[in-house]
Amino acid sequence: MTIKLRVNGAPKELDADPEMPLLWALRDLLGLTGTKYGCGEALCGACTVHLDGLPVRACVTPVRRAVGREVTTIEGLHDHPLQRAWIDLAVPQCGYCQAGQIMTAAALLKAIPKPTDDDIDHSLAGNICRCGTYVRIRAAVKKAAGV
Amino acid sequence: MTLEISRRSFLAGVGAATTGLALGIRVGGATATTSKLFAPNPFIQIGNDGLVSIWCSRSEMGQGIRSSLPVLIADELGADPAKINIVQADGDEKWGDQDTDGSASIRMLFDDMRHAAAAARQMLVAAAAARWNVPATRLSAHDDAVHDGARALTFGELADEAAKLPVPAKAALRPRTELHHVGAELPLRDAPDYVTGRAIYGADVSLPGMLVAVISRPPALFGKASKIDDAKARAVAGVRDVIELPAPKPPIKYQALGGVAVLADHTWAAMRGRAALAVTWDDGPNADYESASYEQALLAAVRAPGKAVRKLGDAEAALAKAATRVEAEYTVPHLVHAAMEPPAALARVDGKKCEIWACTQSPQDLREEVATALGVAKTDVTVHVTLLGGGFGRKSFPDFAVEAALLAKRSGKPVRVQWTRDDDIRHGTMHTVSAQALAAGLDAHGKLVAWRHRIAYPTISSTFSASETHPSDGELGQGISDLPLSAPNVLVETGAAPAKIRIGWLRSVCNIQQAFAVQSFIAELAHATKRDPRDMLVEVLGPARVLTAKLQGVKELANYGSTEENRPHDVARLHRVIEKVTQMAGWDRARAAGRLLGIAAHRSFTTDVAVVVSAVKGPRGEPYIDEAWIAADAGLVVNPDRVRSQLEGAVVFGLSIAMHGSITVKRGQVEQSNFHDYRVARMPEVPRAIHVEIMTNDNPPGGVGEPGVPPVAPAIANAIFELTGERHRSLPIVRSPL
Repeated sequence: MTIKLRVNGAPKELDADPEMPLLWALRDLLGLTGTKYGCGEALCGACTVHLDGLPVRACVTPVRRAVGREVTTIEGLHDHPLQRAWIDLAVPQCGYCQAGQIMTAAALLKAIPKPTDDDIDHSLAGNICRCGTYVRIRAAVKKAAGV
Repeated sequence: MTLEISRRSFLAGVGAATTGLALGIRVGGATATTSKLFAPNPFIQIGNDGLVSIWCSRSEMGQGIRSSLPVLIADELGADPAKINIVQADGDEKWGDQDTDGSASIRMLFDDMRHAAAAARQMLVAAAAARWNVPATRLSAHDDAVHDGARALTFGELADEAAKLPVPAKAALRPRTELHHVGAELPLRDAPDYVTGRAIYGADVSLPGMLVAVISRPPALFGKASKIDDAKARAVAGVRDVIELPAPKPPIKYQALGGVAVLADHTWAAMRGRAALAVTWDDGPNADYESASYEQALLAAVRAPGKAVRKLGDAEAALAKAATRVEAEYTVPHLVHAAMEPPAALARVDGKKCEIWACTQSPQDLREEVATALGVAKTDVTVHVTLLGGGFGRKSFPDFAVEAALLAKRSGKPVRVQWTRDDDIRHGTMHTVSAQALAAGLDAHGKLVAWRHRIAYPTISSTFSASETHPSDGELGQGISDLPLSAPNVLVETGAAPAKIRIGWLRSVCNIQQAFAVQSFIAELAHATKRDPRDMLVEVLGPARVLTAKLQGVKELANYGSTEENRPHDVARLHRVIEKVTQMAGWDRARAAGRLLGIAAHRSFTTDVAVVVSAVKGPRGEPYIDEAWIAADAGLVVNPDRVRSQLEGAVVFGLSIAMHGSITVKRGQVEQSNFHDYRVARMPEVPRAIHVEIMTNDNPPGGVGEPGVPPVAPAIANAIFELTGERHRSLPIVRSPL
C-alpha cells in the first residue's frame, strides 16, 4: 500500500507493507543508508532515528507507526553540535554504530541539555559500539553540551 | 582510473547517499579526467592538474588505516596529506599483500610504502633538475612541489616529464626528521562521512534490479538440507526466488556454508521469506558437538602429558623437588566477533565477468574464492572494498561474498547477501575453545624454578586441513614459545583437539587465551607467595635480554613474521611498559590507599603492552572496572591518535571477553543468536577513564590493532580477585544473559 511519510523535512511516498520496519523502508526503499542494521531486535541501537524528535529503534518500528509523523535520520542532522564534537574528538573507529549513537545523544540533549555522566551512560546504554569508542562518545556528548 | 559508464551512472544515481570516495571511486574526479598521469607504481598517481592520488591497499575497519598509510606515502613523497585523493584499492596482487590482519598494515608496509613514495619523489626531483639544469642534490620536495631556493615547480607541472623517466630500483628515503606528518596529530579522514551517514559499508551499495538474499544455513557445519518446502516463502510479497546453495566439502577453508537462499526485492521480504521456509536438516558429521562436554575433554587432555613443544632443563624433576608448587587450570570458551556490521556483499555476474562489492579484510582471497566458485579466471573477478563496520578477523573469510556471487549467477540478477545478526553469531568463524593447565615450582626463597604449561585447543589450521589437531607454531608464537620466563626448567606440552566447528581468527587470536592463563597464573603465584603482583610479574619474566629460540627452548620464534634482527624480542621493552603503566596508575600509592588493582603485560605482534585496571563494587554489587591504564611500546608510531583509539577500544574489547564472551554449542548448533545472549560491553560497564600512554621511539613499527587486547582480560580477573577474593579461571566472569 502507499505510505506517506515526512523524512528529514521532506514528504516521501512509498509502496510498502505497513508492517515493514522503518529501518528497511528508509534503507531499501528511500535509499537513506545512513541508518544501520545491527541486530533487528532493538538490542544494539545502530538503527536509532527520531519520530517527532524522540528516539526509536527503526528495526522494530513498523513503518505504519511513522505515518503522519516527522522522521529524522542521521542525514537530517546538519552541522549538529554533536557531529562537530564527534569530529573534534575523532570519536569513530569503524563508524558503523555512530549514526545511532549520535541520534540517541541528540535526543538526550533535547531532553537534558546539560547531562551528567550518569545521564549519558543511561541514555546510551542501548547503543553498542564493538570498537569500544564509549569513552570518547561520552566526552563528545559533554563537549557538545558544554559541560 | 577509468570508470565504466554503468558504474558511473550507478554511483551518480545514489550520489545523495554516497561520497564515492568511501568506495574508492571518485566520481568525475580529477583522476578520471586527467589525460596525462605520472604513475610510477600502483600506489601513487599525479595528474598534470596537480592532484595526488594515493591508493590505500588495506581495508578500513576502524583502525584508521585510511588516515595513516596514505599520509605516510604523502609525507615521504612531499605531498600535502590534507590535499591527497585517497583511493581504496580493489583486490589485486599489483598492490602486494592486501590482507588486513595480523596488526600488520603499518608494521609490514612501513618500509615498502616509503620506498614507493621515495622513488616517485626522486623522479619528480630529477624532472625539475633537468628543467632548471641544476644538480638534483640541491633541490627539495615538499608541499606538492620541487623547490630550488625561492623558485618552485609543482608536482602537476612536473608530472609529464617525470613520467618519461625510468623508475629507480631503490630510492633514498628521507631522514626521519624530514617526515613532518608521521607521528603528528593527524585528522581522521573519514570522520565527516561517519557522522553524517555518508560512509559506505557492505550493505550500502546497490545496483539497479538488484535482489537481496537472506540465507538459511545448515545449523551444524557440513549439515545439508534433506527436505526443502519453500511454498510459504515464495508466497511472501516481494520474494522472487528460492535457491539452494551447493554444500561445501571438508575442509571448510573459505567456502560458503551452503543452505537455502531467499531472494527478494528488499531485505524485509527476504527476511520474512526465510522465516517462512521449512527446511529439514541432516546435521551431518558435527551433530555430536557439545561444547560443555568438549571443554571437559580438553581439560582431560591437559591433565595428561602431551606433545612437548618447548623444553628447557627438566621441569618435571624441578617441580617434584620444589618447596612450593602452584597449579591451576584455565578455560576460555568459543568467542565470536559480533562486529556491528554483519557481513554483506553485492555481486554482479555478467557472462564470465563478476564484480563484487564487499566489506572484506582480504580482497585477494575473496577474488580467488569467487573465481573458483564460479569456475572463471581470477582476472574475470573485480573486487571493490567498501568500508568495514568492524572486522576483528571475521571478514578475513570471504564466504559471504561467495554466496552473493553464486546467487547472482544463478538468478541472473545482481544480488546483495545480507547476513542477519543471528547468522553472524550462529555461523561465525569462531575463536577457538581452550583448556590450559599450569604448574609452577618455587624454591624456598620464592624464586621460580620450574614452569609447566599444558595446552589444548582446536587449531585454526583445522579450518584449512581437517587432520590438524594441535596448535601450530604460529599459534604457540602468540605468548607461549615467546613467553619470557626466568625459570631454568620449562616444559610446554600440547594435547590433541579435533575441531568440530569453523575456527577462525579473532582480534589478537591465541594471545587471548594464552595471555589470560599466563598472566592470571603469575598473579596466582604472587598471591601464593605473598608478593606484590607487579614485582612477581617482573621476576617471572626475568632480566632484560633479547630472546632467541635456543634461550627459549623452542625450534623457532615465529615473531609474527618478522626476523629476530628486524624486530628483536627485547624483554626490556616489556619491563618499560610495566614500569610506565604502574607509574600512570600510581600502583604503590593506590594499593596502599586501598584501591584494588590488577596488572598484566604481554607482547604480541611485536608490540609490548601493559595494563592496570581498578575494580570496585558496582551499583548492584557486581564487579565494575572503574578505571584502566594502558601503556604500549609499538616502536615508531605514524598516527598517534589512531593508536590511542585502538588501545582504548582494546580495553573495551578485552572487557567484553573477560566479562561476557561465550559461545556454547549443542548438537553442533550455536546456542546464542543476538546481543541479549551474546553480550558485549555497553557504556555503563566501561571505565569512565581509560588512560593511554604510547612510548614512542624510532624502532620499527609494531602492530597496533590487536596487541592491546590480550593483557586486558587477565588484568581484570586479577583486579576482581583483589576485590572479591574469587579467582576466575574460567571465562567469562559474568555468565548471565541480559
